[in-house]
Amino acid sequence: MTLSFLIYKVILVLIIFAITLLVATYSTYAERKIAAFLQDRIGPDRAGPFGILQPLADAVKMFMKEEMIPSVSNRMLFIIGPGVCMLTACMTGVVIPWGPSMNIGGTEYPLQITDLNIGILYLFGVISLGVYGIMIGGWASNNKFSLLGAIRASSQMISYEVAMGLSIIALVMTTGTLSLGQIAADQPGAHWNVFIQPLGFLIFIICAFAETNRAPFDLPECETELVGGYHTEYSSMKLGFFLFAEYINMFISSAVISTFYFGGYNMPFIARFVHDPNWLAVLGFVFLFTKISFFIFVFMWVRWTLPRFRYDQLMNLGWKVLIPLSILNLVVTGGWMMRMEIYHFFIK
Amino acid sequence: MITTYLFYLLSFLAIMFGSMVVLSKNPVHSVLYLVLTFFTIAGHYVLLNAQFLAAVHVIVYAGAIMVLFLFVIMLLNLNKETEPHKSIWLKASAAVASGSLLVVLVGSLKGASTIQSINAFNPNIGLIENLGTTLFRDFLLPFEVSSILLLAAMVGAVMLGKKSIK
Amino acid sequence: MQALTNRSKVVAKKEMTFIEKLYLPAIFSGMIITFKHFFRRKPTIKYPEQIRPFSGVYRGQHVLKRDEIGAERCTACGLCAVACPAEAITMTSAERKPGEEGLYREEKYAATYEINMLRCIFCGDCEDACPKEAIFLTDRKVDSLYTRKEFVYGKNILVESKENPISLVKRQTPQVKEFKHHVEFAHNQTYDKQKKVKNSSH
Repeated sequence: MTLSFLIYKVILVLIIFAITLLVATYSTYAERKIAAFLQDRIGPDRAGPFGILQPLADAVKMFMKEEMIPSVSNRMLFIIGPGVCMLTACMTGVVIPWGPSMNIGGTEYPLQITDLNIGILYLFGVISLGVYGIMIGGWASNNKFSLLGAIRASSQMISYEVAMGLSIIALVMTTGTLSLGQIAADQPGAHWNVFIQPLGFLIFIICAFAETNRAPFDLPECETELVGGYHTEYSSMKLGFFLFAEYINMFISSAVISTFYFGGYNMPFIARFVHDPNWLAVLGFVFLFTKISFFIFVFMWVRWTLPRFRYDQLMNLGWKVLIPLSILNLVVTGGWMMRMEIYHFFIK
Repeated sequence: MITTYLFYLLSFLAIMFGSMVVLSKNPVHSVLYLVLTFFTIAGHYVLLNAQFLAAVHVIVYAGAIMVLFLFVIMLLNLNKETEPHKSIWLKASAAVASGSLLVVLVGSLKGASTIQSINAFNPNIGLIENLGTTLFRDFLLPFEVSSILLLAAMVGAVMLGKKSIK
Repeated sequence: MQALTNRSKVVAKKEMTFIEKLYLPAIFSGMIITFKHFFRRKPTIKYPEQIRPFSGVYRGQHVLKRDEIGAERCTACGLCAVACPAEAITMTSAERKPGEEGLYREEKYAATYEINMLRCIFCGDCEDACPKEAIFLTDRKVDSLYTRKEFVYGKNILVESKENPISLVKRQTPQVKEFKHHVEFAHNQTYDKQKKVKNSSH
């Protein structure tokens, strides 16, 4: 581990962090614009041309707002809650391969902060920790609506984690690796995993919606029943952290979906035209971001199309539909992989 | 060198958080300290190059089981008023019992010699491929039996959860 | 119960088919519908920059007109208050003193004249009822104000100033004036006409 390598990693971390925050910031703007356009409106257009400076205005508003901490709340945990939410949201970007390796002066520079050999498990672990921020914040507010929101969030996330894990296991069976870098590299051209695992992809994207608490699974913060859900008592930038964490989660989920099922930084026919590895890396980064933008759009598109689930419907979908389906997917995948053995077993 | 310092740091944190689990008055704080304890133990696993165990430990214990614990404790809404009053005799007997357990533990660990590993230690045994091979080749039967154990527990939970059995 | 129209639909709670139970086709068709709206022309009017054109017959804030020499036309007859369906108009009358001929046209005038703009529905009945062509609705908008009291407009706001009289050409076009002077509709003129008839019968 040379010093230059370390410096490179630090710079990469900073860049990824900055990009994550930037994308999350502009997701808020995109959300409002897309919502408006889907509803035949124009959306924010006052701050700057087409309202591009709206996120800045929102951020200034968030910072300038009065800071409120309820006197009956658990002060320490009340402050920790949004922080945990933000921390876990930012931690997931570490294992995602943002592009193929660059080659400058004979040295390989991977565009991935670290290629853990248990990348998927790491991702899964961090996602499962994301619920703590919501639970701590909701409980510490000492408000029944917050508590209900927190409890809904935790039970929803635990329920959907199971189906998500099972759908990932089927993917791991076909790819044979837990490293995200390897999974992305194994899908060159148009050999995307979505063609191998269509059902797994469907289950995964539904679970991703549930895990990020996005509509139609936004029961933890559903306004019509719970005022604001787990962040009812929050104001100012603490509220901003909760909302921001949701957008970061959405960005990371889109990146994960692109990497798992849509070839990550790969694009069909690109290897035929471009041969220089550095250009390939740059283009791969661009392709990955195109895919991520598309999935962020899908997240928003679904939010402004579908109505919210009822809580029992949510649980029914999770436990009685998605888990059996993902087990079926697992069995079918296993059967397909062992098809020769099964064939020989029955024929001979 | 760094790993030694990390080991001491993690051990110190683990013991500190572990004692905070016992000492903190608020049960929710206890649970959260327990989560932190699990993290430090996961850190120990990483130091031993057992990354799979570390990740699974975080996912299963910190990510799932402790969330359920927190869930239940939040719903119970334990306060000082609801805490049952314990007599001084009960406290004294508890102190004596746990103190003697401590004495026994310290005594037995003091007398034990450091266990030498029989095989040469394979530093990569904790990596997922090696672990998978070992689990599904050498320890296949215990592995499957334990899954049946979990299934039995699940069926039992469903049976208990059912309102009436026809 | 007998159906009044044939528009009502009978809702049948039939068992859903397998495809319907999947919900996915319904979800996708819904998403396609919203996606089509993405490209629709937006009906939004960006207000401060774009102003929607007013209709020619827009009825806005009232004005109490002055005559050619600048005397108030209103004679506090109270017909507008009677005609007002929202009972927004109140007034008190006073007698013109000698030397005030330049201020008030008739011997009687409105000492106070108040319209509650929160009650007013801008129907224009006061304008139609006025026998003196004193009150008119104009194309001006009523301002946004902070308190309810401020919305009770007195003579200081309603009466036009001598220096810049309020133009009525937008609504009071020659055609409208012609229509108003028409015998059947012109109650403005009925008084004069009856007077004429009475005079001739003498």
